[in-house]
Amino acid sequence: MSWFERLFWRRRLLGELSEEIQTHLEEKIEELVADGMSRREATAVARRAFGNVTLTEEDSRNVWRWPSLEELLADVRYGLRALRHNPMFTAVALLTIAIGIGANTAVFSVVNSVLLKPLNYPNSEQLVSLHQIAPGAPGLTDFETGLHLSPSMYFTYAEHNHTFQSLGVWDTGTASVTGLAEPEQVRTLEVSDGVLQALDVPPAVGRWLSEADQVPRGPQRVMLSYGYWQRRFGGDRSIVGRNITVDARPREVVGVMHKGFRLVDTDFDVMVPLAFDRRNLILAGFGFQGVARVKPGVTIDEANADLTRMIPIWMDSWTNGPGTNPHFYETWKITPMIRPLKREVIGNVGDVLWLVMGTIGLVMLVACANVTNLLLVRIESRQQELAVRAALGAGWGRMVRGLLVESVILGLIGGALGAAFAYAGVRLLLAIGPANLPRLSEISLDARTLGFTVLLALLSGLLLGLIPALKYAGPRASLALRRGGRTASASRERHRARNILVVGQVAMALVLLVSAGLMIRTFQALRTVDPGFTDAQHLQVMRISIPAALVAEPERVLRIQNEILERLAATQGVRSAGLVSEMPLEGFGSDWDCIFGQDKTYPDNVMAPLRLYKYISPGFLRTAGTRLIAGREFTWSDVYGLRPVVMISENLAREMWDTPSAALGKQLREFPSMPWHEVIGVIQDVRERGVQDKAPEIVYWPPMMEYLFGAKGAQTVRTVTLVARSERAGTKVFLDEVRQAVWSVNSNLPLASVRTMQEVYDKSVAQTSFTLVMLGIAGAMALVLGIIGIYGVISYTVSQRQREIGIRLALGAQSGDVLQMVLRQGARMALVGVAIGIGAALGLTGLMRSLLFGVTARDPMTFAAVAALLILVSLLASYIPARRAMLVDPIVALRYE
Amino acid sequence: MKQALQRDLFPGALEMMVLRILRRQPSHGYALVQLIKRTSHDLLQIEEGSLYPALQRLLKEELVKAEWGTSSTNRRVRIYKLTAAGAKHLEREVSSFERMLEGITRVLAPGES
Repeated sequence: MSWFERLFWRRRLLGELSEEIQTHLEEKIEELVADGMSRREATAVARRAFGNVTLTEEDSRNVWRWPSLEELLADVRYGLRALRHNPMFTAVALLTIAIGIGANTAVFSVVNSVLLKPLNYPNSEQLVSLHQIAPGAPGLTDFETGLHLSPSMYFTYAEHNHTFQSLGVWDTGTASVTGLAEPEQVRTLEVSDGVLQALDVPPAVGRWLSEADQVPRGPQRVMLSYGYWQRRFGGDRSIVGRNITVDARPREVVGVMHKGFRLVDTDFDVMVPLAFDRRNLILAGFGFQGVARVKPGVTIDEANADLTRMIPIWMDSWTNGPGTNPHFYETWKITPMIRPLKREVIGNVGDVLWLVMGTIGLVMLVACANVTNLLLVRIESRQQELAVRAALGAGWGRMVRGLLVESVILGLIGGALGAAFAYAGVRLLLAIGPANLPRLSEISLDARTLGFTVLLALLSGLLLGLIPALKYAGPRASLALRRGGRTASASRERHRARNILVVGQVAMALVLLVSAGLMIRTFQALRTVDPGFTDAQHLQVMRISIPAALVAEPERVLRIQNEILERLAATQGVRSAGLVSEMPLEGFGSDWDCIFGQDKTYPDNVMAPLRLYKYISPGFLRTAGTRLIAGREFTWSDVYGLRPVVMISENLAREMWDTPSAALGKQLREFPSMPWHEVIGVIQDVRERGVQDKAPEIVYWPPMMEYLFGAKGAQTVRTVTLVARSERAGTKVFLDEVRQAVWSVNSNLPLASVRTMQEVYDKSVAQTSFTLVMLGIAGAMALVLGIIGIYGVISYTVSQRQREIGIRLALGAQSGDVLQMVLRQGARMALVGVAIGIGAALGLTGLMRSLLFGVTARDPMTFAAVAALLILVSLLASYIPARRAMLVDPIVALRYE
Repeated sequence: MKQALQRDLFPGALEMMVLRILRRQPSHGYALVQLIKRTSHDLLQIEEGSLYPALQRLLKEELVKAEWGTSSTNRRVRIYKLTAAGAKHLEREVSSFERMLEGITRVLAPGES
């Protein structure tokens, strides 16, 4: 018999089964009657002898089943019907689950794209960033970036290593591209040989920059990014071989990189070769990031050991010039600590994302608790049905499965809806997410994310159904039948599960709200930090660069900058203007070196603490709102006269000479051949690297000086940030006027990074505000769900206790007593929940310590405020049902039964 | 109650008895129950309903076949018949059961060990 025939035969056969059993019973009854029994008695006896008819039929049918699948389908049909019959419950439950799953999916898609997926390079696990630290170099170890590589280090590493396939160094910068339309400031990537080979991403068009392109003063060649190629050249393939003018010098385009290609996480427009001149290299110049691909099978430790081995070779091969000791770097204790490139890309955003993932997961649990509560209430009203089913012979395993199937259906439909929510949620996340979130462009809902959604939906479905199923479908189900229809005074035990769930919800809500509260306090603390500038909204900043190819003489550079500042100051609505090598928080990276004080002694006279350098123009302090603590600021005659003057930050003044005023008149210099510079002013500390980071010690040089970085002759800073203070900052008309002012001095000067300081500030605290918003959302969701949970349980108990309340009232209880009784129930759950929550929060908030600022992870204020809020809200949520209980009419309540 | 039969009989015992009776003569469900009871002198307590899942199992294994017919009391009933495969299966089952029974009896027998 084929399975097909069997299918039909089977159907007929099963239909006939009932008939067969009926006949059997009749035959028996007839026989018994013939033996003299009454018909009624005979029927009972026959039935008893036969056993459970339904079960028999089911067992007989089961013989033919693909057993589990068909039963499951039946359960699914039954579950769907049950859900359809209760649209209100279904809608609320589905919405709760969908929002929970949607939020979780959205956050997971970010976690997955940013943290979990491998980087977009072939065999990206072999890629490392050549991070190294120098614990012996004072002043430098504060810098999270560690010690970058110098060009001589790059050559040593590239030529003597045993563990790397290829290795290179790179840096970012800006350049102006002229001769196309308007002059444009573009983002550049400067790469040495080995960088592209290490990353191993083929070009989209043309070829890579090769070793031949790295020859100093050789042919000038560049590569373009895909985006820039599309934007400027409309994706024209014939661009390869043509020249573009970069920094006033014609350079041949040799290729275009692929769409989405980034170096670590840096996007760029034009890639230029570094073209180091080996003959002029010294040991120093630690300004480049290193990237490398290790040979297959080489571990991080082996590669580190290899690099450590080469540091003495580096010191033996190069020098800092006559009279210097190349081995003095031994005191720096340079230690290679290479790390997987992925870690470099992700940075510390992992902390934030996992925290957000964790909190959203908690919200999911709170949501599940709520839906479970709903299910419990609903199942209570279905107890009769379940008892009847049990009495009719439904196995309890089967009933548990039925209930689980129902809740899993809820979970899956909720999950499907949730996936749709997640799509919107990801948009939202990208909108409010920190602009500096790495791998932002890679975020998408992929297969893994959808797999996560399905898994989450299944799990939450099972979780939802588990408690009701175990509680009500268990062997005791038949008890309900005996209890009859009377909604007698509810036993304490019947409410235990729901009370526990509500307590759990309150506890989780407390944890989430405390985390959100701590972030709010962090944000408040950040707000009170003086970053080193005032009224950021009215501070317009922009970057400008004057390449040597355009203007060679340093003094002319300064005169152009000076003239631009004057034009800016003359623009309508501008109160003052100034320039600085880099505004605080801008993150362009600054210079630093050793600084010697004349009245101090240093070991060997070669080593002094490293200090950050900045260059500021006259008028800058007033413009930015940076306070002068002591002394005076630079004047233009100081600058043009190349007078040996310098300003320092307050913390540096205090460190070297105890008080700011004592620092005035003291002498500083960078290296022995530099004349001593007199400290003429002390400037307030500024949060150079981030509002949360300690203000570094800074030396402020004039924008033009002799003997800068060892080179003799006047030097200027060619790339600077222009700062203008105006009420009109940020408006389009104002920006047009500013551009005109700059171009009226030199029409070949493009402006870049045109922003207000408010934008710079917001970006620098973006991680904190993102965390705050996310935790705020999570906390608010948990709070609302918690309120609904408490309200639901209290109002359900009140409706169940109507009779009891009626009796109490009839026996003379005052309505105030009833109110108190109900409120007390709510308060008890809230208090227990808060107590548990505080315990959990004390343990958990430690995890977010790295994100906090100006507040401890156990801030009593936050804990107290959140606890008070939760208790208050719980009382409010119980008050409404409590009032209803108070108004119970004893007569009606008693007559009800 | 579902397990009542298994408490009294070992699995497959009911099927074996059904096959044995059907070898003698085709019968319908009720008659089978009566025959088992009568032949065993009511020693075996069988929940009558448990016969039907057993019959379905035999049908599925194609050890018996069923046809609608008329009973001695003139009812439309389904009459079960042994198939060739059923006869062979019965022989195997009986001989293996006898071996088992002999083993058990020997172990349970009093005296020498």
